[in-house]
Amino acid sequence: MMALSAFFLMFFLLQHFAINILSVFSPNVFNEVSYFMGTNPLIQYVMQPVLLFGIVYHFVMGFILELKNRKAQTVKYAKNNGAANSTWVSRNMIYTGLFILLFMVFHFNDFWVPEIVDKFIEGNSQVGKDYHHHVVTMFENPVRIGVYVLAFVFLALHLLHGFNSAFQSVGANNKYTKGLKGFGKAYALLIPLGFIFIALFHHFNH
Amino acid sequence: MNLTLKIWRQKGPQDKGQMVDYKVTDISEHMSFLEMMDVLNEQLINSGDEPVAFDHDCREGICGMCSMYINGEAHGPDRGVTTCQLHMRMFKDGDTITIEPFRAAAFPVIKDLVVDRMAFERIQQAGGYISINTSGNTQDGNAIPISKHAADEAMDAATCIGCGACVASCKNSSAMLFVGAKVSQYALLPQGQVEAADRVKNMVAQMDLEGFGNCTNTGACEIECPKGISLENIARMNREFLKANVKG
Repeated sequence: MMALSAFFLMFFLLQHFAINILSVFSPNVFNEVSYFMGTNPLIQYVMQPVLLFGIVYHFVMGFILELKNRKAQTVKYAKNNGAANSTWVSRNMIYTGLFILLFMVFHFNDFWVPEIVDKFIEGNSQVGKDYHHHVVTMFENPVRIGVYVLAFVFLALHLLHGFNSAFQSVGANNKYTKGLKGFGKAYALLIPLGFIFIALFHHFNH
Repeated sequence: MNLTLKIWRQKGPQDKGQMVDYKVTDISEHMSFLEMMDVLNEQLINSGDEPVAFDHDCREGICGMCSMYINGEAHGPDRGVTTCQLHMRMFKDGDTITIEPFRAAAFPVIKDLVVDRMAFERIQQAGGYISINTSGNTQDGNAIPISKHAADEAMDAATCIGCGACVASCKNSSAMLFVGAKVSQYALLPQGQVEAADRVKNMVAQMDLEGFGNCTNTGACEIECPKGISLENIARMNREFLKANVKG
């Protein structure tokens, strides 16, 4: 189930990136797509709750898994050479995940909460809303840029193991695995790098 | 060569246990690791001390009894070997070697380096078998067509000796490589199809009951396995488990 929620979140991440990169090329197109995403009933009332459930589920299950696994080894080795047989990222998914969780609290506070307050609490019309301006304003702060860049580094580390691990967990280990591992590495590096580029672009260009 | 050994000593299951330092001298690089342990034990017996308890049997890498965690790795720093096949040439004169038992809540320490691996036996008993009519009308196995590819993969899975290095190496103490191998060796063959769904469900249920952790795909088990059991077996077990539960 961790793998299934991971697939969903990785697909969401790709879609999130595809929309965000529009902000670099055209403020108008970005605003139009953001308006569609922010007002379409299917996205707002079906996909958004599914997404929130997927995020919460992935984190809660991750913590439960970690606790169960820690219970399975009550006495630690005096000397353990983990680096001899596994990667750092594979052994530290809980820590990279924890950092991403903390970042998401920060990120929701930056973008999602103001959007929900504006739309559902204050009841303001979303017609003609300048989403692009909000993004640019947010990325003026260098501290925020630092936090975002660091968070995407952690996201890359998490994905470097998580992408292929999800396929292995659902039993997909076959002749395509080698190619998939290459694709997974590319996804794990390019998507976070893309997000970093977007944040830096708005910081230095406005 | 002269070595310093840091060895886990524990009088019994209830004892707290601790690391104790020993010195051994004039160890030949041609000795196996267990022969070096024999030298240490002879030294301890001669001086009136309790020898170090450790599991061993065939001493040729096929029984799966030896089970030491040496310098932070199951069966030591060499690849594709059990502790009994590990040679002292892997170490240097003056080295300090840390020797611990396989650690897992499901593998409780009995004494010193000896752990109770009966959990593996109980998992096997839960489904690691096929039912055959042995009344005298048993079908000749060679009469059943099996592809070379399936036979090879089943044989690769069947080379698992159940030593527990996979559990010992896993940060989660997961037994999924062992169970994956045992499920796979039957799942790949026609003889294993009749009980396939019950087998995987029962073996996984017993694995969970024994207190092993869950696989997070670090791949440490595959690297440390003395028989080179592949992670593909875990993926196959996951597929078999999904298939068995979907069919009900």
